[in-house]
Amino acid sequence: MEQRALEHGYGVEERLQSGECALEVSGLTVTYGEKPALVGVAAQIPSGSMTAIIGPNGAGKSTLLKAALGVVPKSSGTVRVFGEALSRQMHRLAYVPQRASVDWDFPTRVIDVVLMGMYRELGLLRPVRRWHREKALACLQRVDMADFASRQIGQLSGGQQQRVFLARALAQSADLYLLDEPFAGVDAATERAIIDVLKSLQAERRTVVCVHHDLTTVPDYFDRVLFINVRKVAEGSIATTFTAENLQKTYGGRLATTHIDQLRTAV
Amino acid sequence: MGPEFVQLSLTPLLIAIFAAVACALPGNFLILRRQALVGDAISHVVLPGIVVAFILTGTVSTGPIFLGAAAAAIAAAILIEIVKRAGNVEPGAAMGVVFSSLFAAGVLLLEQSDTSGVHLDVEHALYGNLESLIWLAADGWHSLLDPEALADLPPELFRMMGVALAIAILTAIFWRPLKISTFDEGFARTVGIPAAIVSFALVIVSAMAAVAAFDAVGSIIVIAMLICPPAAARLMTNRLEIQILWSILFAVVSAVVGYVLGGYGPLWLGSEYSVSAAGMIATISGLILALTCFVGPYRKRIGEPMAS
Repeated sequence: MEQRALEHGYGVEERLQSGECALEVSGLTVTYGEKPALVGVAAQIPSGSMTAIIGPNGAGKSTLLKAALGVVPKSSGTVRVFGEALSRQMHRLAYVPQRASVDWDFPTRVIDVVLMGMYRELGLLRPVRRWHREKALACLQRVDMADFASRQIGQLSGGQQQRVFLARALAQSADLYLLDEPFAGVDAATERAIIDVLKSLQAERRTVVCVHHDLTTVPDYFDRVLFINVRKVAEGSIATTFTAENLQKTYGGRLATTHIDQLRTAV
Repeated sequence: MGPEFVQLSLTPLLIAIFAAVACALPGNFLILRRQALVGDAISHVVLPGIVVAFILTGTVSTGPIFLGAAAAAIAAAILIEIVKRAGNVEPGAAMGVVFSSLFAAGVLLLEQSDTSGVHLDVEHALYGNLESLIWLAADGWHSLLDPEALADLPPELFRMMGVALAIAILTAIFWRPLKISTFDEGFARTVGIPAAIVSFALVIVSAMAAVAAFDAVGSIIVIAMLICPPAAARLMTNRLEIQILWSILFAVVSAVVGYVLGGYGPLWLGSEYSVSAAGMIATISGLILALTCFVGPYRKRIGEPMAS
């Protein structure tokens, strides 16, 4: 990690000062069939920030990540990553899909899943060397899963699966991490482990974006928030943007006023 | 295993082995992608291909029939992908729509045209003609070194061998993209794997295997070999690399045991006739799958969840 900080630290510091965007989308519209999932969303994720994407079910949070990554096609809009076209900066991105989006009965071991994160280095035919395995093990160590390296992935609990997915993203050595509900259905210990890793990523001046559900933890975990409900409602720092007004606008009547007051006091 | 074996059994046996392996390799990925029925779809779709080839050329010779079947299989593979992606429906439904309508079209075409000759070939497409692919010019093992005798080997042998080899090489080269995009398609795209192309190529390769195999051994084997050896192999291991090896082993065992039992089994039981080798090979592969269902070490869908 020392070495990476040396390699990347200086550049990131400069980018932060110049207020560079890790991820910038504008006019992003995505439709599934007839149904619009996102309409004209614009957002700017500053480099080095830790951002929660917040919104009710079906608001298009996951779709925003997938469209930004090119995993689902967008109807219109532009995506820029570190100031350049997505295709030029794709290698600096790591994506952690929802845990439930894959079949965990797939016949492979934990370490093999982490090695998938090194596909860009390994390519089609380059052999897996010892240092590749050591790096994969180090990534597993970071999420407290090194003891599980040769387990079949079907034997893991939900929280352990989520940690393996995070380890695979760590193996990508990315500068921008996009996670889709990393805390969904995990135990408290895993939630703690994941947030520690994410904070350490931020400490290394990397950028973290999470689709997030649990409103009570937003002020603790994140420094920025992006409210969406098909359209963008608001974005900004927790202090200025995580307000009762924005919550009300995003969730409509579904969020009781008393609940919002509780959230405010947490801030 | 004397001269008679070389003359009558060696080439059909080899063709059966290559056909089984060529189908089993892509089958591993098809079952993990919940697309096992692609093989079924392709072998149904071969029918209109054969009929159209017959109507266009007026012959039932191998060349045009093979091309017609191949064209139909590829057209079906493309249609399935289009229906799946454009209609946003699940793969099984897309396959069901495409293969049943194309099969129906084949039946209609068959009825509307003078196909007394093709009728025989529809049967041929189902059961193959493995037993007829003999090596007449051979009169012993030494014929393997005799250029004149070698020139007389049935062309199906080289076609099947070439296809099996090509599929093995493709699987080895594109192993990582295949594995990663089979496990997690969304992630695969973000590390630069063209997941849609990989998925499409897999269907095309399965079609290649199916068409090359159907001509020699019939589509019954194709359906069985795409599904049974990989499904049985999945129950033997929890690692894809080892699953592939098991599937090849099961494919070879099915081909050899099925061929021998089909040819000689009834004789041993006192009958004067033999039974269809293709049918027996498919049966053996099914028996292997049944056996692994009972005794395979990883027959549980998912291992016991760990306490965290």
